Amino acid sequence: MSPQNGHGMTLAEKVLARTSGAERVVPGEIVEGAVDLAMMHEQGAQTVAPFHQMGATEVWDPDRVVIAIDHWVPASTEGAAVLHRILRKFAAETHLPHFYDVGQHGICHQILAENGWVVPGDLAVGTDSHTNMLGAMGAVAAGIGPTEMAAVLALGRLWLKVPSTIQIRVRGTLGRGVTAKDLVLRILGEIKTTGATYKAIEYTGPTIAALSMPERFTICNMTTEMGAKCGMVAPDAKTYAYLDGISKHAMHPLQPDADAVYDRVIDVDVDGMPPMVACPYSPDNVRALPDVVREHVKVDQVFLGSCTNARIEDLREGAALMKGQKVASGVRFIVSPASTKIYEQCLKEGIIETFTEAGAVFTNSSCSACFGGNMGILAPDEVCASSSNRNFPGRMGAKEARIYLLSPAATVAAAIRGELADPRDFM
Amino acid sequence: MEDIIEGRVWTLGRDVDTDQIISGKYLTIIDPNELKKHVFEIALPEFAAQARTGDILIADENFGSGSSREHAPQAMRAIGVAAVVADSFARIFFRNAINLGLPAIEVRGVRAIFETGDVARIEMRRGTVTNLRTGASVPFPPLPPHLMRLLEAGGLVEKVRQELEARKASPGASP
Repeated sequence: MSPQNGHGMTLAEKVLARTSGAERVVPGEIVEGAVDLAMMHEQGAQTVAPFHQMGATEVWDPDRVVIAIDHWVPASTEGAAVLHRILRKFAAETHLPHFYDVGQHGICHQILAENGWVVPGDLAVGTDSHTNMLGAMGAVAAGIGPTEMAAVLALGRLWLKVPSTIQIRVRGTLGRGVTAKDLVLRILGEIKTTGATYKAIEYTGPTIAALSMPERFTICNMTTEMGAKCGMVAPDAKTYAYLDGISKHAMHPLQPDADAVYDRVIDVDVDGMPPMVACPYSPDNVRALPDVVREHVKVDQVFLGSCTNARIEDLREGAALMKGQKVASGVRFIVSPASTKIYEQCLKEGIIETFTEAGAVFTNSSCSACFGGNMGILAPDEVCASSSNRNFPGRMGAKEARIYLLSPAATVAAAIRGELADPRDFM
Repeated sequence: MEDIIEGRVWTLGRDVDTDQIISGKYLTIIDPNELKKHVFEIALPEFAAQARTGDILIADENFGSGSSREHAPQAMRAIGVAAVVADSFARIFFRNAINLGLPAIEVRGVRAIFETGDVARIEMRRGTVTNLRTGASVPFPPLPPHLMRLLEAGGLVEKVRQELEARKASPGASP
C-alpha cells in the first residue's frame, strides 16, 4: 500500500495527494489542490472586490459554492445589511444557486454538515476559521481569508503546504455527564493553542470510533483552537450513514495507511476524566471543572450555542437538565440553535418551551453571542459560561469580561445555580 | 516588496489573537481606512493614534491566532505597517497577510532582541533581522520562492489577475 520510499501516508496527505493529482505528497511540500467545496459567510462580502480586481467574471463551478450567512441574521446593523446585500447581488450576478439566506439560515459549518456539502476525501475551504469542523467527514477542511476565497472562486484551486500530522489516539469511556466537548478541552489543555500550528490532526482510537457524528463535529471544530490546518476523523460506517441520501457530490473514502508517518502520537485515556473547563483568557487554560466549581465562580450570562455545541443532541441534553428547573435570578441564559432545521426540531420536541419556561431566551439560529458583535454582549467585569469555542480578551464584548468554556450540560448547570456547577449534580 | 525593509518598531506579546487586533464589533466595516482607526484597540491601544507609515511590528509566538478575519492584516496595511515579524504566526493570519502583500516573516527569537521604539532592518533575501540600535541580529530561512513571488507581485489579486490574463491571451492552454 505504500509506494516508493517505504512508508505510507496520513489521511491529510492522502487527501492532498488526490486533490493535487499526485501519487504521493510529503510534509513541507507546496501543492496546488483542486477545491471540492468553497463556503462563504458574511466575510465573503470582502471576496467580491478582489474577485473583480482579479478580472474574474465567472465562478469556476457554481455547484461547488455555498453561501450561508450566520453572524448577523437577520441583519442587526446597517453594516451587516450591506454585507448581506453585497452577497445577494454577487450570487445573482455570478449565478450561485446555493445561498442559505434568512429563513433557511444556520451557522455555516452546520449548513455544510447537515446538507451533505462536504464528503470523505474532499478539500473544502471556507471564510471562517472553524471550517475545520468538516474534517469529521474525513475531509481536509480549512479556513481561509476572503481574498484567498476570491482566487478560489476564480480558479477552483489553492496552494497548500502539506502539513505533517499529529495522531491523537483516544481510548476509554466517557463517563456520565462527560462529553466530547470535555474531551476536546482536555486535548487542548495538553496540546495548547500553538501545539498544532500548520499541522493536521488525525483523531483515532476506540473512543473516537464510539462517538456520534455530531460529537466528532465538536472535536474537529475546536481543532482550530490548537492552531491546526485541519482536524480529521477517517470515515467509517457512521460517516456513511450520516451522509446517506444527503451527500451533494461523489466521495473518495480515503483511509490513512497503516504505516503512515506521524509528526507525533499523543495517547489520551478518558477513563475517570471529569468534566473540563477552559478558564479565561485562553481556550488552552483548561482545568477539571470540579476544581473550579469549588471556587464559586458567579456568572452573569450563560450561552448555549455556536458551531461547536448547538446541535439537536446538545440542546436535547441541555433541555433534559433544564426541565422543571429555573434560570437563577440575575442570570441571562441565551440558547441559540445551530440551524433553522435544528430550531424546527426544538419546536417539535418541546425544547423551546422547556428553555423559555425556565426563563431562558431561545433565539433564532445564528452565531449569536459567540463573537461579541451581534447580541448577548458582555459588559466589563461580567462573567459568562459558554458552550462556544473562544475566551480571548474581548471575544464576547468588553475585554475585561471573563468567559468560561464548557459542555452544553455544564452551561445549563451554571444557569440553574448562578455559578459554575458540575452537571452531574443535576443528573 | 522591497528586499530591505527598515522601520520603527512596535513590540507585542504572545498569542495576540485577531480579536485583539480588530474586535468582533468592527467586522461589518469593510473600508480599510475606517478599520485602521480600531487596529490593535485591545492589544496596543495607543497604536492607532501614533502609528506612522513604515512602522514594523515585532511579536512573540502565535501572532494572529483565532478567526479568519482578513480585517486584521487589512487594517495593519491600511495604517502603513511595512512588515510584521513574529516568533511564530497562526496559519490563517499568515496566509491572509501574504495574500494582501503584507510581509509576514517568521523569525525564531526575534521578539527577545527588540523593544518598542527601536529601529529594525529586515533583509528579506538574505534572511536576517537586525536591531539597528543594539546591533543584535537574528537569521531566518527566507520565504519559499512561491511566497516571494506572491509578495513581489504585490499580493494574490495581482498574481491571479496576471494568470487570468495569460489564460485569455492563449485560450485552450491548460490551467
